[in-house]
Amino acid sequence: MSIDFVVHDADDSVGVAVVEGIQAGQELTGWVMQEDQTITCQVSDPIPIGHKLAIRDLAEGDAVMKYSIDIGRVIKPIKKGEHLHVHNVKTKRW
Amino acid sequence: MEIKGRKFLGYRRENGRVGVRNHVIVLPVDDISNAAAEAVANNIKGTLALPHAYGRLQFGADLDLHFRTLIGIGCNPNVAAVIVIGIEPGWTKKVVDGIKSTGKPVEGFWIEQNGDHNTICAASKKAREFVQHASEVQREECDINELWVSTKCGESDTTSGLASCPTTGNAFDKLYDAGCTLVFGETSELTGGEHLVAERCATPEVREQFQAMFDGYSDMIDRYKTSDLSESQPTKGNIEGGLTTIEEKALGNIQKIGKRCQVDGVLDKAEAPTGSGLWFMDSSSAAAEMVTLCAAAGYVVHFFPTGQGNVIGNPILPVIKICANPRTMRTMSEHIDVDVTHILRREMDMDQAGDALLEMMLRTANGRHTAAEALGHREFVMTRLYESA
Repeated sequence: MSIDFVVHDADDSVGVAVVEGIQAGQELTGWVMQEDQTITCQVSDPIPIGHKLAIRDLAEGDAVMKYSIDIGRVIKPIKKGEHLHVHNVKTKRW
Repeated sequence: MEIKGRKFLGYRRENGRVGVRNHVIVLPVDDISNAAAEAVANNIKGTLALPHAYGRLQFGADLDLHFRTLIGIGCNPNVAAVIVIGIEPGWTKKVVDGIKSTGKPVEGFWIEQNGDHNTICAASKKAREFVQHASEVQREECDINELWVSTKCGESDTTSGLASCPTTGNAFDKLYDAGCTLVFGETSELTGGEHLVAERCATPEVREQFQAMFDGYSDMIDRYKTSDLSESQPTKGNIEGGLTTIEEKALGNIQKIGKRCQVDGVLDKAEAPTGSGLWFMDSSSAAAEMVTLCAAAGYVVHFFPTGQGNVIGNPILPVIKICANPRTMRTMSEHIDVDVTHILRREMDMDQAGDALLEMMLRTANGRHTAAEALGHREFVMTRLYESA
């Protein structure tokens, strides 16, 4: 089965699009690398290659987890399947 | 792949160190000697001028770093012989004497009271001798543990942390076991994952030294920052590629030191390591600066994972590019040496990817030109610590 997005660890909040041209409404297949599992997720935004989609709902102030580690703070609520990037997540450092 | 015991064909220098290139360089001590250095390199085929922007009125630790970088570049075993040109004799001789400690051919020339014409003429005559000398040096079989390998990634994106950096990490684990001398750095680019590096330090002393370097760099950023550094670190290109925060970028970056290597020691900028193992160098995360510092510390092959497609090279240190982003491979494959896009299609595992990189490393060490070498990328960028006097 071809893979549309990749997740580092099962408890991460995000997946990374690894194919070009993902459009809103598409049902995507994801590969969880660490656990070698396959999951699915319907996206509500276009996701450029390399960009992230939320694979669970996140509230303002939540930590975004990737590699099972905190990579930043949610500044606007993010629904599963939405594009997650600098418009809704900020660094906790500097 | 069992890399331990593998051989490559390198150039053994007078001091026993092994290089994989055979450059004769023309090294200016300062910015105003660039024209003379470039004229010599134009006259004598097979030489390479290394123009740069600095060397006047520097002082203190910044001046020490300037000399350490120039002398280190001259001492690098990828360099067969060196012509040094400065504006005046004092600092020129200081650089010559530093390089002379390796036993390789080196000679200095200065412009004051000679003028460009006489300096270029005298330096060209010596450069011709050096090129002919270097052209007779033969490659010989060397053991893998004589190889010094550096790494630094650039224009990273999320595919770097998923595949090209872990590929480098897999290769580093194998080279570490084989007794090679390795280095990583990019101090600010560990932010958010610095605890992971601290945990990998071999002793409490090394851990303390690492933490002091990390805290010092963070303090410098706090002193000068006017924002959260978004678009600087992570860069605009990183963000375009999908990286959102410095924490995310750092966790991808740290994949380059693999799963098993220990951090055996720390190095100041451009400082040569004193033994084998993995070293951390306190350094800028800007590609050309960091790779230049690795070259000055004596490293002879460089692993450079990229996502969005950083095109950097170095005049004396072959830079092997590794990429896992299928769009970058489609749009700018001429810059990439090792394509690991297969990992993200589940057609290649990390062990196979690490082996592919090691095979390319051996081919590069044996003489294959990297993409950056073939395209003429020779970014030589010296790190400055503060303003000139």
